[in-house]
This record gives sequence, C-alpha cells and structure tokens, in this order.
Amino acid sequence: MAFRAPRIAPSQITPPDTYLGRRAFLAGALGAGAGAAIGRAGAAVVAARAGTPLQYTDDAAESVDALVHAPDQNEKPNTWAQITGYNNYYEFGTGKSDPAQYAGSLQTRPWSVAVDGEAQITGSFPLEEFLKPYALEERIYRFRCVEAWSMVIPWVGFPLAQMLKRFKPTSRAKYVAFETLYRPGQMPGQRERILDWPYREGLRIDEAMNPLAFMVVGLYGRVLPNQSGAPLRLIVPWKYGFKGIKAIVRIVFTEAQPSTTWSEAAPDEYGFYANVNPNVPHPRWSQATERRIGNPFFHERQATLMFNGYADEVAYLYKGMNLHRYF
Amino acid sequence: MDSATRQPFLGLDVERRYRLIYKPAVLIAGLVPLAWMVCGLFGWLGFSAGVDPVKFLELENGKTALDFLMLTLMVTPVRQFTGLTHLVRLRRMVGLFAFFYALLHFTVYAVLDLDLNWHMVGADIVKRPYITVGFTALMLLIPLAVTSTHRMMRRLGRRWGRLHRLVYVIAVLGVWHFYWQEKIDVRQPLLYASVLAILLGYRLARSAWLRRLSESLRGCRGGEAAGQSE
Repeated sequence: MAFRAPRIAPSQITPPDTYLGRRAFLAGALGAGAGAAIGRAGAAVVAARAGTPLQYTDDAAESVDALVHAPDQNEKPNTWAQITGYNNYYEFGTGKSDPAQYAGSLQTRPWSVAVDGEAQITGSFPLEEFLKPYALEERIYRFRCVEAWSMVIPWVGFPLAQMLKRFKPTSRAKYVAFETLYRPGQMPGQRERILDWPYREGLRIDEAMNPLAFMVVGLYGRVLPNQSGAPLRLIVPWKYGFKGIKAIVRIVFTEAQPSTTWSEAAPDEYGFYANVNPNVPHPRWSQATERRIGNPFFHERQATLMFNGYADEVAYLYKGMNLHRYF
Repeated sequence: MDSATRQPFLGLDVERRYRLIYKPAVLIAGLVPLAWMVCGLFGWLGFSAGVDPVKFLELENGKTALDFLMLTLMVTPVRQFTGLTHLVRLRRMVGLFAFFYALLHFTVYAVLDLDLNWHMVGADIVKRPYITVGFTALMLLIPLAVTSTHRMMRRLGRRWGRLHRLVYVIAVLGVWHFYWQEKIDVRQPLLYASVLAILLGYRLARSAWLRRLSESLRGCRGGEAAGQSE
C-alpha cells in the first residue's frame, strides 16, 4: 500500500501548539459554541497516517455551527496525551494504556465499510468513497465513561445523520447497528474471549438522526490515532463512552433492536440506551458524580449532568420512557 | 532444633540473623511497592502513574495489600514443606504490610477519589456490595494489627491463634472485593482466587489428613491394648 501524502498548503495546517490559541480565537469571535469547519473529509483523512494534521479552514463564517457544544469556559479540553493514552478499547487489551501500546499494529488502510439492511443504497464502500461527501467539522464534547470518569475532547468528523441519510433508509429502518473490525491477528485483545467479538453497538434511528450524534475521523485537528478508534468511530455525547463504537466496518439498518456487546455481556449492568444519567446508578457504583481526568490531585469530583449536559438537545427522544427500566 | 539453627551463617546465630538481615530485608522489600508508586506519581526513574493517578494508586495499593495477605498465608505451608520453622518470625511484618497497603488503598479512595465526602463514602459502604465487602475486610484487619505485638500475643494466649484465624475470612473478602469491582475482565481477580483456594485448600486437606492419621494411630494403639490384655 502506498500512502499518498495529503495535499495541504502549509497555511492550512494548524500546528498543535497554536491549536488551543485558535480555539480561543474562535470562541472569542463567535461566542461559545463555535467550531471550525475543516474542509472536505475525503483525501486528507484517507491518505494520511494517524496524527497527520487534517485540513483546516480559517473561514470563520463557514465554520459556525450552532450545534457544536463547546463546554463551559472552565471546561478545557483534555490534552492529546490524556485522550490518546487512557482508553477503553478491549480489542487491544483491558488495561487503560494497552490501546496506546498495542494499537499501532492495526492496519487501517485499505479499509472498507459495508452498509446493508433496510436501506435503498447498500454495498461495500472503500473508505475514500465512504468519506468523500462529508465536510469535516470540529465538535468539542464532554466524554463520560460508564466507569465514572470523564474528559472533554475536540473531535473532528461529520454528523451521523448526514451519513445515514445518504443511504436512504426505508421506513422499516427503526434502528442502526454498527460493527467493529474483527482481526485478531492485529487486535491482540480479540484473542481472548473477554467480550463476544466483534464489538457491536446500535442506536434507535431517531437517536442516530439527532444532530449531536457524530462520526469521528480526527482528534485535535489531526487524523484519529488507532487507539482512539481509527479510521472511523462513533461518538454519542449524551451516552456512556462504550456506545461510541470504534474501527467501524459495518453499518446495518434494522427493524428490530440490534444486540449490543455490553448489554449482552452483562444485561443487568449495561442497557441498550446507556444514556448518561446521574439518577440511575450502575448496580455496583454510583453515577451521580464523575472524576474529570487531568484535574489536579485534590480537585473535587463533579456532578454528572443529565444526558451528560445535553438534555436540551436530546431529552425529547426519551419523553415518557422509564429511564430506570431502559437504562 | 533444625539444621538452620545449628549451622552458623556469617557467624551469626538465628536470633541475630533475623534481627540484622532477614527482618530489615523484608522491611525494605515491603516498602518497594510504596517507593514504586511514589516514583510513578512524580515520574521518577521512568515510572509513570499514567493519566489517572488516583485510579492508579487505588488499584496498586489494593493489589499490593492482597499480595501481602497471600504472602502471610504462604508462610505456614512453606514452613511445613521446607522445615524453615523460623520463617514465622517474618510473618508479623508481612501481615502489617498487608494492613498498611489496605489502609493506604482506603485512604486514597476516601481522600483522593471521594474528596473526603463522608456522606458519599458512607453511602458507598452501605449501598455498594463490593465496597461493603472490602470495607469489612479492612475493619477485620484492625484487631489483627492491634494484637500483633508480643505483649498482646502473650496476654491473649490460646485466644490469639483463634482471633488470627480471621485472616482467612479477610483474604476471602479481599479477593471477593477485587473480583466484584471488575467490569468484565476478571482474569486477575481469578488468579488471586486460585492462589487463595490452593492456600486454604492445602490447610483443609492437611488437617483432614492429620485427623485421619491420628484416628488410625488411635485405632492401632487400641488393637495393641486389646492384644496385651489377652
């Protein structure tokens, strides 16, 4: 496989050290909730190795996206080292630093994504083709792990809804299911039956169509590193982190609720919905508070917010549902 | 008197050997995990506590406490296999290290993880079974630590041995606590459980074997007595 270097003018590349400065500039110029559009996804993401800067544009007018939810001013994004050095990605081992240590062995090119099920357009798409139509944008989201720790992460990607609409799901498509790559030769964790591989996740179609649901190809303006789920992962910021399936190779539109890995592994502990909810404890621990990674040693825990702070945007999805039952 | 007592080593008798060499060695060995954790926290000597140092300290102190608990339970079998009866002199310190790291484990949890929010700590202990189990183990370690001195041993006499059998319960609770907090990958807790099962199983098997042996001896003697009377 030959890797084509991305054709990006030096002026379009954001060096990581000025990255935070730029965020501050955008926030100042546009108010909280500003994000940067990062050009077309296609070539830059596909051809680049992990960590390569993604194409960025300074055109602020184009970059405004009301749906980017920059957390409060005092919620600074975690560092690259924290985000990429502390991962739950059992395909590479169950230790938090295992993914950073072992994910390098994964070959993410060539890559293809299969789309099937209740949709008009189905088939297998090479990653290049799969990503081509989408403009990249940045979303700074809170990330809440079911283990009661959290981060703030500047993802780069495109709305899941855009992607799903492209395949024209039929009226029978009530859910969308995702599957991770199964390749034990390069994913050493899959050689142990810790979970029922391949990893599977799913969303109700209306959840998937919510503008906050996000397909991720980058982090901090750079191509996503393997341990964070390269080349393509899901982020559903109002749900616990494990819903954010990584290294996606298959997307299926289904009529019935798809089975998901964690809810099958421990049905009384992990539900299909897995919405962040401080009022519904995990059977073995409280979910009322969380520890923000990177806080100083004696920093206090913080209250976990309903739907991870995105209640205004997503609460309508669960109106009338008993969230203690559908946890 | 075993052979170790008779053969002089570095010209030292057993008493001095323990006081001057073995005990200081165990003391230093017991502080190695602490030193390693401190190095990790400050990034010294290339060690790292990782991105979440609080979790690191919680986990490492807990596992170290279990390690020392297992070591105390190994002293008796090793003595019985090797005849190194004096090993028991090191057991108190090993047991106290188990208590020390268990206490650090709880302190990190209460102070660093829950910010000394006693309401939350209390709620956890009452509501979260795995914490109830772990906390019980810690509480049960306290009387053992307090009665570990020579004076308490003398004062309690036979009751001391009975009290210190609590260590079996503590070890089971400790491993259970470790098993129960694990999200899904229980390989490590199961490793501890296996070691504990062997250590406790050995004791059960040995006492059963000794009982049978003494019964059959009594049977033999009974036969002799009967023979003599004839």
